[in-house]
Amino acid sequence: MTMTTADKIQAGLKKRYAAERRFRSYGLVSVTIGLAALLFLFMSIIGKGYTAFQQTYLKLDVQFDEAIIDPQATRDPQTLARADYGKLIKKTMRERFPDVKNRRDKRKLYKLASPGAVFIIQDMVRKDPELIGTTQTIWVPADDDVDMFIKGYINRDDPESARRLKDKEIAWIDALAATGSLEKRFNKTFFTAGDSREPELAGIWGAVVGSFYTLLVTLVLSFPIGVATAVYLQEFAPRNRWTDLIEVNINNLAAVPSIVFGLLGLSVFLNFMALPRSAPLVGGLVLSLMTLPTVIIASRASLQSVPPSIREGALGMGASQMQMIAHHVLPLAMPGMLTGTIIGMARALGESAPLLMIGMVAFIVNIPEGPLDPSTVLPVQIYLWADTPERAFVERTSAATLVLLAFLVAMNGAAVWLRKRFEQRW
Amino acid sequence: MLNQKHAVLLESPAKTNDVPPPSPVQIQEPDTKTVGRVTVDKPIMTTRNVDVYYGDKQAIIDVSIDVAYNEVLSMIGPSGCGKSTFLRCLNRMNDTIESARVTGKIELEGHDIYDKKTDVVTLRARVGMVFQKPNPFPKSVYENVAYGPRIHGLARNQSELDEIVQTSLRRAGLWDEVKDRLGQPGTGLSGGQQQRLCIARCIAVNPDVILMDEPCSALDPIATARIEELIDELRQNYSIVIVTHSMQQAARVSQRTAYFHLGDLIEVGETATIFTNPQDKLTEDYLTGRFG
Repeated sequence: MTMTTADKIQAGLKKRYAAERRFRSYGLVSVTIGLAALLFLFMSIIGKGYTAFQQTYLKLDVQFDEAIIDPQATRDPQTLARADYGKLIKKTMRERFPDVKNRRDKRKLYKLASPGAVFIIQDMVRKDPELIGTTQTIWVPADDDVDMFIKGYINRDDPESARRLKDKEIAWIDALAATGSLEKRFNKTFFTAGDSREPELAGIWGAVVGSFYTLLVTLVLSFPIGVATAVYLQEFAPRNRWTDLIEVNINNLAAVPSIVFGLLGLSVFLNFMALPRSAPLVGGLVLSLMTLPTVIIASRASLQSVPPSIREGALGMGASQMQMIAHHVLPLAMPGMLTGTIIGMARALGESAPLLMIGMVAFIVNIPEGPLDPSTVLPVQIYLWADTPERAFVERTSAATLVLLAFLVAMNGAAVWLRKRFEQRW
Repeated sequence: MLNQKHAVLLESPAKTNDVPPPSPVQIQEPDTKTVGRVTVDKPIMTTRNVDVYYGDKQAIIDVSIDVAYNEVLSMIGPSGCGKSTFLRCLNRMNDTIESARVTGKIELEGHDIYDKKTDVVTLRARVGMVFQKPNPFPKSVYENVAYGPRIHGLARNQSELDEIVQTSLRRAGLWDEVKDRLGQPGTGLSGGQQQRLCIARCIAVNPDVILMDEPCSALDPIATARIEELIDELRQNYSIVIVTHSMQQAARVSQRTAYFHLGDLIEVGETATIFTNPQDKLTEDYLTGRFG
């Protein structure tokens, strides 16, 4: 019996389809693994971080005692600034728990309120000296240990020696909670404050502003330089050994580990040019070096994708090279260039290693007011918090990561939107 | 801003339909192997012994041919015979190809276009080009046509520019179809309309010569017929050199026909003569469909 061609095809057909099905299932499995990893990452970060958006506050009925704040009744701002407001809080706490007599216990009692409470009261008096002599009900952040206990991270069933809060303290907290003097509220501090040693006073705003200035410097430098380089290399430069060499080197630079750029920044910008340490300006310079290859490569790719027929059309009309580029090629290439730039900026936003080298890892409490002020950036802030032992910083680390992720998602979303919005068909 | 020199160059006698007086000197037939008469009495463009190389490869071998005022010259031949390459020499579009090298002499009204003093921008304004694939700019219909006058500074004000746009669109036979949607993107028109828009864009700068590189190859027969009609009308004001794959099209629109084969210009002659009585064997084989 001889096999016809159709029979031969039929015989192999099953195998072919099986191979196709196998291939498809490989892809499906890979996608599932990727999605699962992403889901796990998000669940872990959100699960650990969401509690940081709330903070336990303690209600205090503070008597603004003139004898403590301003014994001479001068209302002199200097005197008001130097007064011992801690005494007011201590007095309030003592009145709240009159049974506590022991000195050591008293100190523990005072520590239920955050050290930042002193500044809140000081601020109130500075703004309104009329408060002196009155009694006000104010809410101050509770200490991070109290916060952790309220949020359930400290287990009262653990043996006393294994807990950060002793039985007495837990009894006080229970008493406070029972009278409604402890309340979880939205943690505004987290979004408005700079770094602090006290978790309940620490915030990401300083890092956000530092990141903003750093990225601003990066954008201002890398976008124009990158686009100009790409336009020159793609449109004007002759093809020869030099331009080939430049091209190879740009591609290599895109793959250089980012910490190397940090070392370069340290030796050139800090040691040689003596620019300020820990400043967003230097951070931006270093990140520009890192981002430039990405911007150049993306810009060249989008210049290359402008159809030659448009170029020919313009040249055939008698447009000069410059007019052709400015009127026709750049507008068409711009969405791609912007997309590449935004993706490069998103990478720069998430970068920490090169910034460690130029001192942006310092502990900085103040909100930077310009690109020359010492500051830190979001990823470095996360790195710093991840390194601290307090339990309360764990949730803040995750929460800051969430904020960073939100920025990254927003930037990538902007890139997609720009591409969709300005993409022109031809 | 348009400087004085450009203004003089852009002004052309061809627009008035007045042909300059025939040159008193007897035209010297160039020394070529081409069959038929390559010269004309009143040339607007002359090419002599043109060679084109792409790197080491020679694409055009010793081609000499004239283009007359108010004529349609068609160039036919099998694919890869160099007719498009030669066409692109006439407005120096080959300059954009880095490996391309052109030797020989190409003159536009007596001026060597490959001379160092010749400005390629001015040249391309005088020798316009329509491409194989319609390539309107991704801008509005109006902007497409206004682009040339704008970059060359041909209009003093908005109303002049409006006038140029309208005239050009009318001449390209497109005005009635697009007058209500001048603001819409040129890329949204149909293929045939896009090609006529490209022609309108080209004549908006009032060139002397229009080069057309297979302008109908991407169009359906109806759109093709419209373009062919248009070419015939445009002949009143312009010289047109058209490369085409369709021998019927060459026969319909052109007065003279040139047959290219593997970089050589084999035969030139009156279109009617070439199609009915080709002198060269290669031309005859191609025209009778023996190859190509």
